[in-house]
Amino acid sequence: MSSNTPSLPRARLPFTISVTPRERVPGWLPAAISVGAIALALLIGGVILALVGGNPIVAYAQIARSSFGSLDVFSDTMVKAIPLILVGLGCALAFRMRLWNIGAEGQFFMGAWGASAVVLIPLVSDTTPSWIVITLMLLAGMIAGAAWGFIPGILKSRFNVNEIISTLMLNYIAIAWNDFFIFGVWSEGGFQMSKTFPRNAWLPRLADYARQVPAFSGLTTHLGLLFALIAAVAVWLLLNHSRWGYEIRLIGDNPRAAQYAGVPIARHAVLVLMLSGALAGLAGMSEISGVVHRLQGQISPGYGFTGIIVAWLAKLNPFAIILVAILFGALILAGREIQPSGIPKMIQGIILVCLIASDFLLRYRVRLVRVER
Amino acid sequence: MTEAPNVVSMRGIVKRFPGVLANDHVDFDLRRGEIHALLGENGAGKSTLMNMLAGLYRPDGGTIEVRGQPVALGSPRQAIAAGIGMIHQHFMLVPSQSVTENILLGLDHPRFRLKLAENERKVADLGEQFGLKVDPRAKIWQLSVGEQQRVEILKMLYRGAEVLILDEPTAVLGPHETEQLFKTLRDMTAQGKSIIFISHKLQEVKAIADRVTVLRRGRVTAADVPTAGTSTADLARLMVGRNVLFMAEREPQPPGELVLDVQALVADNDRGLPALQGVSLQIRAGEIVGIAGVAGNGQRELSEVITGLRRCKGGHARLNGAELTNQPVRRAIERGLAHVPEDRNHVGSAPSLSLTDNLIMKQYLQEPIGRGWRLDSGEAEAFANRLKQAYEISAPSVDTQARLLSGGNLQRLILAREITAQPKCMIAMQPTQGLDVGAVEVVHRLLLEQRKQGVAILLISEELDELLSLSDRIYVMYDGKIVGEVADGDIERIGQLMTGSV
Repeated sequence: MSSNTPSLPRARLPFTISVTPRERVPGWLPAAISVGAIALALLIGGVILALVGGNPIVAYAQIARSSFGSLDVFSDTMVKAIPLILVGLGCALAFRMRLWNIGAEGQFFMGAWGASAVVLIPLVSDTTPSWIVITLMLLAGMIAGAAWGFIPGILKSRFNVNEIISTLMLNYIAIAWNDFFIFGVWSEGGFQMSKTFPRNAWLPRLADYARQVPAFSGLTTHLGLLFALIAAVAVWLLLNHSRWGYEIRLIGDNPRAAQYAGVPIARHAVLVLMLSGALAGLAGMSEISGVVHRLQGQISPGYGFTGIIVAWLAKLNPFAIILVAILFGALILAGREIQPSGIPKMIQGIILVCLIASDFLLRYRVRLVRVER
Repeated sequence: MTEAPNVVSMRGIVKRFPGVLANDHVDFDLRRGEIHALLGENGAGKSTLMNMLAGLYRPDGGTIEVRGQPVALGSPRQAIAAGIGMIHQHFMLVPSQSVTENILLGLDHPRFRLKLAENERKVADLGEQFGLKVDPRAKIWQLSVGEQQRVEILKMLYRGAEVLILDEPTAVLGPHETEQLFKTLRDMTAQGKSIIFISHKLQEVKAIADRVTVLRRGRVTAADVPTAGTSTADLARLMVGRNVLFMAEREPQPPGELVLDVQALVADNDRGLPALQGVSLQIRAGEIVGIAGVAGNGQRELSEVITGLRRCKGGHARLNGAELTNQPVRRAIERGLAHVPEDRNHVGSAPSLSLTDNLIMKQYLQEPIGRGWRLDSGEAEAFANRLKQAYEISAPSVDTQARLLSGGNLQRLILAREITAQPKCMIAMQPTQGLDVGAVEVVHRLLLEQRKQGVAILLISEELDELLSLSDRIYVMYDGKIVGEVADGDIERIGQLMTGSV
């Protein structure tokens, strides 16, 4: 680029690409673009599979079969989706306010710990009615998760501590806290896990009703699914049809306008992080009480982090979160079923990149324009 | 002035933005050694035209010649290589780095080692030459706005700029700094530099420019007018496109009881320096009280303390006897305080939310929109539609995002919202800044209607014409204090008070 180049020599194509900001986004567009992005991701994944010598169609068919192929495996997919829905909802709530809670993993562990404490301290006996035990576990899990959200919340509102750092770091503390209990306090015979919970602390599964409904035989889906669906409706009501949700949206879009409108931002930051933590804690409780039935170290294949992705991919829409969580639940499940297990992770990554990139198409119109001569 | 050759000549420049023709076949000439003002209202296309000369935008049509050679300026780098440098309204400096480091930023030389000492000397010499005194080692954040502007100018001079474009350079300066800048500009033209001075302030243009080109709605309405022998009234007519500036019809009206009582307010600004040093004022029902003053003399802090957005260290502001200072913002809203903030986009609205969400900002806690914990979206939408119609907010629907509104429409939205809350008192800060004449008329009309309704209005403005035509009384603020009150529209006295010369 020197001073007296009158014009830059450019390749003369018969058209140029014009990118203009979209003024209005039609209602169907976000969904269409998301579906397109997922299709593109599967295509790219297929090409990579083919390049490494695999047969993409066989691989995809296998993934589909192992997560949606029968009622049995679909039920397993739903089991994986439950914690993702709950964590995704918690993240969506915080993200709407532009609070970057990436501490769902820690809040999940604290929820699991809190729920376990009810059984392991023990606050209840083997003969306490199940509904009392489960209610107590539910409350304890949510309170523990909320407490883990309260810490970054109060730090943020009082001392303006960046919540990204504090929530992330609290993850490690939560896991170490959990380890302390399974290695020491509640260790069963020196193993790094607690004793198995008594049956009255188990969430009922569909299989438990096989005697009444034979089709339920062997289905692992547990009551946590109901919690997740209720939570989705509750979060939707909260975000879209409550004064509080309006205030959260206002803060998320423009904190200065929210302040101007008289919204107490600091208080909301604490409350939102607590509620977000409570939902992740509920996920931990439902996992511990519905699936694992004991407190141990390996209770999450990264639900807390995958939930962040789920929330984003669903564009923070509570009902879309359910669908995306099922898709990701399927990919987690397929990872266990097919080898090499890296494939579903890779596909997960490609889907994410494609969906994030597709956001550009939502905000801008891209057109090919004929060059006028 | 003798006829110097043109350093820049732009011919038939066309620039379109979605929905607007920002420049419609604009011609512009700059002679060597002159200060040429580009005058026009906000949105007239001044900045667009200059951004094309500075390589930020590409013209859709027309030619640009620099020193007689046709050029294509595809980037700021190409522009500066052609000797054209632009100083933007918003400075582009790295606060944590020193003056010299900022000046060297983005240059090819020095390549690897900065050789700071050597370059610091060069920067100091350059500053000396053009009367731009600034410490080359100071960090940017330590500098005043005026000094930062000097750094921006030095940056361009260091890169060998022969033509300097200054985009409303005085908007951020106090009167003293403005005087200093003008002196520097004259020094620079004496040494052969040429300057384009973008402004919408007539007095300044008359004071500093040799010639003026006036733009209105993307077209040149007057080219190369010598400022000598042209009155500000003439310039105003060319700029606005009609004879006299709009004078609002303000009917005489006896003021009611005391509504807003401000006593000896003391507060700091964002940097922790004293901004209000004992401000007292009273406004009665049905009265518009103006605050005149150069920006940065405490007006913003005053409005923020009254509305509860800023804490104060002393004094009181009472609305019908109820304390407003150091109370939650919501308290003031409940007491009937409306606020038209200075910054429409960043304070007064939530840009990515819908018109509905923006319109209910002050209503969502009350029935029928807010019912207990619920927010009735049907009622909210109906409310928004009513306001959209009544205040003629032009937008496709109430679901449109607020950021897509024009400045005038956004201000209608804000006024609609604030007025519908049926306030007792309204704080309006720069309510017509950046609006075109039509929108200004609407705002003035709405404010006067509120006055008639018995609202006590505090109007903070830098537009003296606006203050004079709307206000019943005018207080003048200078250096965080009320330095005088003018009730008879004595513009000379206001001017003296504003500059602190009384």
